[in-house]
Amino acid sequence: MSRRTQTRNRAFILTGLGTALLIAVFLSPFASSNPDGLDRVSQDQKFDTKAAENPPAHKLPFYSLFDEYALRGVPQGIATPLAGLIGTLATFGLAWGAGKVFVKGSQSNSTIDPDSFEN
Amino acid sequence: MAEIFVFALLSPHQVLKASSPLLAMHIPDGFLSLPISLLTWVIAIGLIALALQRVQRDLKERAVPLMGVCAAFIFAAQMINFPIPGGTSGHLLGGTLAGVLLGPWAGALVMTVVFIVQATLFQDGGLTVLGANILNMGLIGTFAGYYLYKAVRSVIGFNTWRGMATGAAIAAWVSVVVASLVCAVQLGLSETVPLQVAIPAMLIWHVLIGIGEAMITLIALSYIWRTRPDLLYDPPHQRVSSPRSLLPR
Repeated sequence: MSRRTQTRNRAFILTGLGTALLIAVFLSPFASSNPDGLDRVSQDQKFDTKAAENPPAHKLPFYSLFDEYALRGVPQGIATPLAGLIGTLATFGLAWGAGKVFVKGSQSNSTIDPDSFEN
Repeated sequence: MAEIFVFALLSPHQVLKASSPLLAMHIPDGFLSLPISLLTWVIAIGLIALALQRVQRDLKERAVPLMGVCAAFIFAAQMINFPIPGGTSGHLLGGTLAGVLLGPWAGALVMTVVFIVQATLFQDGGLTVLGANILNMGLIGTFAGYYLYKAVRSVIGFNTWRGMATGAAIAAWVSVVVASLVCAVQLGLSETVPLQVAIPAMLIWHVLIGIGEAMITLIALSYIWRTRPDLLYDPPHQRVSSPRSLLPR
């Protein structure tokens, strides 16, 4: 891969991740708080009460960090933007990592990878 | 004979919460019966296993960072509920977008990561019904959405933005409507709500939400088409004719 392509690829990755972070941090407070499709139907049809009140996810350690999309222990105004920031970075890292692990299996296991985007 | 004091401090503090959970088409724990949960788990795991196999064989190294970017964008975009008429809201699912950008196999893995993060970190979507959520909101888009998009794009013009946009928009809309239909059937078979009630109720909202899905998918794809069409899973065969020359590059 040429140096120019590598630079362009890196620019695309940074633009994409940057856009995602901007959305998660600055747009999330403006998200509509109306019930979404399934919530609305469950309320209209009165089966919203069937949702587990204490779901298994509440037993995970993350529950002490996040109350849904709100980081605990910080002022309300920044709780959701921070949850969005952390969540977006976690998703980015996990998906990249998953790709790397599974692509590696088939490709040559050379230690120096010219196509790598990492610095 | 020491007196035992119970400190109020030690009692678990009650968290004040909004009365309605403002989450997603994400199914919470408790909505699906055990057989339906298991069935959807089996289908989801089967497709993910197949995707892992195919990705190992086909995926190019350079697509790996794209998986990260695509997952991050879809996670962020899913947080942004947009209002639709009638006091309801919707948000991007993103399966079709992931399928178009990365292909159905890597796209499936990306969607799986998004829903795992949502369910484990943010209690969005139940852990016991994660298989159903991955299947409905992810895999329907990455597989059915992708193949529908590709068929429409091939008919209208594989190398034109018009073909690309028409295919992606139709596939995005259809994937949301089909996802809501499948979700309704799962709710009906679980006897959570009668099937004949669930289907029209879910369809009415998601016919509208699907328009939002198509619009966001188009915005994201038009950026990629203008700047880096070579990154698409099915790149156009010749140089893109549309307004690319207007962009400084």
